[in-house]
Amino acid sequence: MFFSQFFAQVVNGLTLGSTYALIALGYTMVYGILELINFAHSEIYMTGAFIGLMAVTVYKLPFAAALLAGMAGACMLGVIIEKVAYRPLRKANRIAPLISAIGVSIFLQNAALLAMGPQARAFPANFSAPGLNLGIIQISPLQLLILIISIFLMVGLHFLIQKTKIGQAMRATAQDKETAQLMGIKIDRVISFTFAIGSALGGAAGVLVGVYFNSADPMMGFFPGLKGFVAAVLGGIGNIPGAMVGGLILGLAEVLGAVYMSQYKDAIAFAVLILILLFKPTGLMGRRVQEKV
Amino acid sequence: MLRLDNVVTHYGNIQALKGISLEINQGEIVTVIGANGAGKTTTLKAICGLVSISSGKIFFRGKDITGKPTSDIVGSGIAMVPEGRRVFPRMTVLENLQLGGYLNGDKNLIRKDLERVFELFPILKQRLKQIAGTLSGGEQQMLAIGRALMARPKLLLLDEPSMGLAPMIVSNIFDIIQEINQSGTTILLVEQNAHMALSIAHKGYVIETGRIVLEDTAKNLLNNEQVKKAYLGE
Repeated sequence: MFFSQFFAQVVNGLTLGSTYALIALGYTMVYGILELINFAHSEIYMTGAFIGLMAVTVYKLPFAAALLAGMAGACMLGVIIEKVAYRPLRKANRIAPLISAIGVSIFLQNAALLAMGPQARAFPANFSAPGLNLGIIQISPLQLLILIISIFLMVGLHFLIQKTKIGQAMRATAQDKETAQLMGIKIDRVISFTFAIGSALGGAAGVLVGVYFNSADPMMGFFPGLKGFVAAVLGGIGNIPGAMVGGLILGLAEVLGAVYMSQYKDAIAFAVLILILLFKPTGLMGRRVQEKV
Repeated sequence: MLRLDNVVTHYGNIQALKGISLEINQGEIVTVIGANGAGKTTTLKAICGLVSISSGKIFFRGKDITGKPTSDIVGSGIAMVPEGRRVFPRMTVLENLQLGGYLNGDKNLIRKDLERVFELFPILKQRLKQIAGTLSGGEQQMLAIGRALMARPKLLLLDEPSMGLAPMIVSNIFDIIQEINQSGTTILLVEQNAHMALSIAHKGYVIETGRIVLEDTAKNLLNNEQVKKAYLGE
């Protein structure tokens, strides 16, 4: 009895954690390439959820199409935000794009309030899939779907970054922008592409969480956004495998912690952030900033 | 092949280059020597489009490349080995070399170019899977030069290739620079090590606080009293 409950919580934690990981990837990819915390990422996630919701409720699309629509919408929004709010400030003092990011975040929250109203909406995705019963571990169809999609996206991202030419260009740009240009890399295009991919992953997380909790609202991005950020810092900001691991650990910690002290569920993430900043500010898989010779 | 016509650049309000004119002919090794902060690196960055030009013009093989994006300039046949080597520290040697051939889409050509780089720098072949940041300074310099050659440049810009290296490695690198030149690549070499640079160059320019103050054959500059006093420490 104890074990089956424990494993049920582990599955819950991994499910939640995989969505945090997807969000964290957006933060960490953008940070890796621009050293900017994209505070509008929470709202990209929220926008993805709403587009998915509209696709399901208004246009009666199947879940897979809604997921793709949410990702595509988030992707475009991310690219536009970079062009409008960050690119003009590329050479400015570091604090300026940060303020711009917060401005975009507030703007998008209020635009969503205006368009969708403040109340939460139900997210009725109609899909039928079998659950999984592995003896003591039971996974609901929804959890299975979220886990499979998240893992698929993360494996795809890893392949993209490690094995393709554009991935190589992204890593080069993250390591040294000026030298990357000397290789003939168009770094503006690479930065746009990074926002596109990171935002699409955030949009996917939005749709998945919207379906998981059967709800979407204009402020829904706030906590998951912060937690995705914590997951990115936990893994080592700028480090892509770190964001994946950080998301899963945070999801597990939150769910397992909530079993014993449910009223502190949200506090757990921030306790983790404080502990990481105190004891290992570079994160689990982060590296020290290398000194330039 | 390359001509700079009265090129002026600014960093903020400060004029960095105050009207640089120089000319490089096909097949030459041309060197620009000068003290720290004289504008040597800025000159190279201006050629590559990494700093914007306030006035003046740059022509490469008869075409005006002033104000063009760096990727176009690199694509037209100019490659640079930046100061301090600037290899991508968290990538392997192979990946660094592949990035050098970034604009070169043909995989067979890249393989052929790799072989050529390994002929010049056999050590890189042994270190292929090693992370570039863990190479020694001399190996990193070889990697940076090899990476630039992967772009099949017609003109190779070298920024202080001797910096921070042991004298034996420096002379090794300078031999290879000459070898690269003899196989048909024109070279613009910026150096603080004036003696080494003038000993392999055909022509030299002396730059002081953003201005060219002297221009002559390398041989004449080596015997020039002013140059001897200021840059050769004699």
